[in-house]
Amino acid sequence: MGSTSQTPQAGGGRLAALTAWIDERFPMTKLWKEQVSEYYAPKNMNFWYFFGSLAMLVLVIQILTGIFLTMNYKPSAADAFGSVEYIMRDVEWGWLIRYMHSTGASAFFVVVYLHMFRALLYGSYQKPRELLWIFGMLIYFVLMGLAFFGYLLPWGNMSYWGAQVIVSLFGAVPVVGDSLMEWIRGDYYISDITLNRFFALHVIALPLALVFLVIAHLMALHEVGSNNPDGVEIKKVKGPDGIPLDGIAFHPYYTVKDIVGVGVFLIIFSLVIFYAPTMGGLFLEGPNFEPANPLQTPPHIAPVWYFTPFYAILRAVPSKSMGALLMGAAVVLFVFLPWLDRSKVKSIRYRGPLFKFFLTAFTISFVALGWLGLQPATPLFTNMARVFALFYFAFFLLMPWYSSIDKTKPVPTRVTYHAH
Amino acid sequence: MRTKLLVLAVALLPVAAFAAGGTVHLDKASVDVSNKASLQRGARNFVNYCLGCHSAKFMRYNRMAADIGITEQQLIDNLMFTGERPFDTMRIGINPDDAKRWFGVVPPDLSLIARARGADYLYTFLRSFYADPSKASGWNNTVLPGTAMPHVLWSQQGIQEAVWAGEPNAQGDVSHEFKEFRLAKPGTLSPQEYDEFVRDTVNFLVYVGEPAQLQRRSLGFPVIAFLIFFTVLAYAMKKEYWKDVK
Repeated sequence: MGSTSQTPQAGGGRLAALTAWIDERFPMTKLWKEQVSEYYAPKNMNFWYFFGSLAMLVLVIQILTGIFLTMNYKPSAADAFGSVEYIMRDVEWGWLIRYMHSTGASAFFVVVYLHMFRALLYGSYQKPRELLWIFGMLIYFVLMGLAFFGYLLPWGNMSYWGAQVIVSLFGAVPVVGDSLMEWIRGDYYISDITLNRFFALHVIALPLALVFLVIAHLMALHEVGSNNPDGVEIKKVKGPDGIPLDGIAFHPYYTVKDIVGVGVFLIIFSLVIFYAPTMGGLFLEGPNFEPANPLQTPPHIAPVWYFTPFYAILRAVPSKSMGALLMGAAVVLFVFLPWLDRSKVKSIRYRGPLFKFFLTAFTISFVALGWLGLQPATPLFTNMARVFALFYFAFFLLMPWYSSIDKTKPVPTRVTYHAH
Repeated sequence: MRTKLLVLAVALLPVAAFAAGGTVHLDKASVDVSNKASLQRGARNFVNYCLGCHSAKFMRYNRMAADIGITEQQLIDNLMFTGERPFDTMRIGINPDDAKRWFGVVPPDLSLIARARGADYLYTFLRSFYADPSKASGWNNTVLPGTAMPHVLWSQQGIQEAVWAGEPNAQGDVSHEFKEFRLAKPGTLSPQEYDEFVRDTVNFLVYVGEPAQLQRRSLGFPVIAFLIFFTVLAYAMKKEYWKDVK
């Protein structure tokens, strides 16, 4: 890393003087260099590496739109539904802000799932990136909490019954289940009190935790350095200047590249917002346009799409408490990947057929379970969900076995990169 | 308690999915919210035939007038009957307790009915009333069997009778055996005219469900056109920078 540069650059004039003044009091230039302009990332990062910066973008969108929604939303059972419609109809640009937020919620999961899939493809969770991976998983858990609490806020009928079903899952905890549910709701049923506390958790507690975790995630990333599609540690081969030979400065190379990703993402994001904000009931469900009604269940209760793979696992198990346990395991098992994976090779490019088979089976299962979770639980679908759940768990639980005996290919010392 | 809720949640799913109308065929409404003439006719139908019992409490009169292309004076002269002011929302005078006594249920607010149920559902529902002497109102409906709503538009559509392939079951739920409708007594509108009448009304309800949708769709094009332009420039910039990377 270069010096902390307290001397203004030649010809900088007043701006440089100001920079120097700040740098004597706050490590602005130092941070910029360490984290951005002299952070060396592998030059071979591909398509899959767009989703980290896109997740940051969606986080910013969610926070900004969330602030404006909070200005007009009323967290009470009597007024919540009406205040959302007030935002949709009477607040200047309210409909756009609300659709950005509701589409942003789904977009967050889309980019985070792709970001996580990238880690599976290239073994980004492996040593020395275990903590980086764990911070990422904590971000994912917080995100699930945010989505769940946020979904109650419009106080539609699906909000109400969705919360009812998910809170009731905590009833599967032995002995204290009932008390636990009561404690979460603050009442004997989902009520105004529940709505108020979910609001508090959604707008301050979890976003705060999320921001801290994102900072920790980035600090861990910049400490160990980015992985890449070859799974090669670029720090092992450095030039005489101490810069990895396969590394390029994050700024400008990856900032200009990520801006292209941002453009493409925003085009797709806008297509949804302007032409399909409900995404055919996938992002905003029809029954949620009816106010919460404790006396009438919606005809078909299903969580929003990003929870359905786990929901399908829950329904596939005949015993309710066992189902809840397996559903929890399906989410938590990711955390243990760094220790389940015994392979000496990170990237799928050099892995053997066994890993490729199990990862493919897992990916298909995840998508299929997601689809099944949206369908009514007919006997056929339930049996299908059982088969897919089996492959889902096999990916994790058999990993110590298949990853250690798999026939891997030799890993090169340098990354593969073709200049274009 | 916890087991009950879980059982409820999980067990209701298959049952409910069938109850939700897996067997009821819905006709395509084919509405077009950019058709202002249709929206104006729909607004006329709505205030004349729906607004007596059903409110649209999130819809402001003057916003509606501006969006469907009529002046405030036209609005006051043609679509407002009970002394509201143009900036009021479309509420109703009916007392909920009275409504409950008369119909058994309080007629639902229709602000978001099109978003909750879909245009096809409404279009089919409003064309599927048939005479049923066993019901208190004298009417029944194949889309929502046992509905409390009487056939408000019977003088337009005429009186339909349902033709059954089988016998109705004991609950009066006959949707499974329903074959076709027969027009027993013609109304003031021909069947085609009545379909159009309903289509305009449903079109209006689709508009009412999301008044911003007209603005939303028209704003989409310039925004996306800009983003494409932006992305092309960003890509050119990326190409230029990455020339250094060997």
